[in-house]
Amino acid sequence: MYEKDGEKYFVVDSHMHYWNAAPDNWVPGAEQYAKGWIECFHAYQGLGPPATHWTIEHFQKYSEDDLMKDVFEDGHVDVAVFQPTYLKEWYKEGFNTTERNAEMGKKHPGKFIYNTRWDPRDGDEGIEVLRRNVERYGSKGVKLYSAEWNSGSRGWKLTDRAAYRYLEVCQEIGIKNIHVHKGPTIWPLDKDAFDVADVDHAATDFPDLNFIVEHVGLPRIEDFCFMATQEPNVYAGLAVVIGGLMYARPRFFAKVMGELLFWVGEDKMTFGSDYAIWEPKWQVEGFVDWESPDGEEFSDYPKLTTVGKKKILGLNAAKLYDIDVPAEYRLDAGQGTPAAQDDAQLVAGA
Amino acid sequence: MTAPLTARPRGAGPGGQPPGAPRAPGAAAAARSAPAEGSPGSARLLDVLAAVRDPELDEPITSLGFVASCTVSADGDAQVRLRLPTYFCAPNFAFLMVADAYDAVSGLPGVRHAEVILEDHFASDAINGGVAARAGFARSFDGEAVGELHQLRADFLRKAVMAGTDQVCRPLQAAGAGPSALRAMTLGEVPASPALERLRQRRAELGLPAGDAAALLIDPVTGAPVTGDAVPLHLRRAQTTRVSIEANSGICRGMLRHRYDTAGQGEEDQ
Repeated sequence: MYEKDGEKYFVVDSHMHYWNAAPDNWVPGAEQYAKGWIECFHAYQGLGPPATHWTIEHFQKYSEDDLMKDVFEDGHVDVAVFQPTYLKEWYKEGFNTTERNAEMGKKHPGKFIYNTRWDPRDGDEGIEVLRRNVERYGSKGVKLYSAEWNSGSRGWKLTDRAAYRYLEVCQEIGIKNIHVHKGPTIWPLDKDAFDVADVDHAATDFPDLNFIVEHVGLPRIEDFCFMATQEPNVYAGLAVVIGGLMYARPRFFAKVMGELLFWVGEDKMTFGSDYAIWEPKWQVEGFVDWESPDGEEFSDYPKLTTVGKKKILGLNAAKLYDIDVPAEYRLDAGQGTPAAQDDAQLVAGA
Repeated sequence: MTAPLTARPRGAGPGGQPPGAPRAPGAAAAARSAPAEGSPGSARLLDVLAAVRDPELDEPITSLGFVASCTVSADGDAQVRLRLPTYFCAPNFAFLMVADAYDAVSGLPGVRHAEVILEDHFASDAINGGVAARAGFARSFDGEAVGELHQLRADFLRKAVMAGTDQVCRPLQAAGAGPSALRAMTLGEVPASPALERLRQRRAELGLPAGDAAALLIDPVTGAPVTGDAVPLHLRRAQTTRVSIEANSGICRGMLRHRYDTAGQGEEDQ
């Protein structure tokens, strides 16, 4: 929770990690990928305030105590959603798995939500694992990384037949939230791996599932916006938007926020720190303080109010994950509904 | 459409370009103005590399800081080393930049042998080897790709046209031009500016109308003028596309700076 100027914010970090990317976890023969991946993440951290930068060694492997301090004690977060990323072709025990997250989280009851994951290329076995994870960890969401390498394949799309089978199983076993994370590779490699058209199709075909597109489809924010505005069950995951732009490129941050508020709206945007890429503390505090700059460039964007910030920082995700929000942090009557799957702003011809 | 490659016209070279496909104009520009003989010198090399763009960001690879070094010997052996913001930048766009750089440099008169090396990238070997062997994208990534990259390039040129439309229209709107005025405007009626010139170039590369009589607002796929009620949405989408590209560019520059502590050849701050 965070309080500023008499306003109280319930904070849900809807996208964070507990990884081990140290050399002891690198797969022999794939060291260059394991190293390249974590160095890439580390470069993202470079976009945050210098005082929050870590050494690469610390960044590769941080402790449970580090996480609890950075996220909850210092970072103002009330509930955090673990988003696993496996990458088992590069990391022996996985980069950050459902099991590793749960092992840690069980020592801190009420603090974490355990999302799991699936990969359509894992076939029947993967579906069994998914069912087991939902049973064991009570997962209500999955994190999907479509650029993951798997047995010679460099990626997949949500519209793949096999992916639809998994989405059907998700509906059947109570998974509500599908967090989609695009990466640089896909099959075939000559297509744009960041294209979000597959999310569009899946969201239409599975109206009871929520699709949270992480880092708002970056680097395809425009395609994401044009798609999300037409789909009532598509949400904007702000991981990377706040962390990567708010400090490093404040004017672009203001514009991206303006675009998202225009096309997607404050009811469908969720905060995620992407910890340990960035610590939540400066993101939460900076976001609460943030005001859209004056000037013609920004004049036609919707303004973000304190109520909007409350929704984005926690209330929207709390609704998606059925988190009980203490009364003092809820909105007053007439201040709007968090995470509303209301009528999408249908734009003719969009 | 830009002039075809003067140096080595071919059906499908490293960039996998069929005749008539949109492409970066580097090599053709070089051939027009370079001295006819002798080593061109590294400054000239940098000039032609400045015409090679990152297809996603629509900016020269030089100003983005992607050219780590470019040298040419007295005998005309040119070597260019490229670098990208991350180890995992998308391999298809990386391939296009390496292939375009190769075309630009090898097309420069006085260059006897060209080598372009992408450093520190997960697909460096496939890309560098494929471009050097002029193998095309699909053969360079055997089994992982089904086609070449001209469609991808064209799709991103269309985004550049949309972003460029916002760049040109913003000042006009600030000066009071509303949707109906913009709809009626031709390119010839827009005051000259670098942004307008750039928009014309991008449209021409796609084979879209780019002359004085052409409408300012066109569909970037069909080239048809945007009409009636579609204008406000078209302008709104143009703005969003520009914001997206500029935000990406900002992130890429920040990542590159974190990754390398030296400035690239021809690098310019945003």
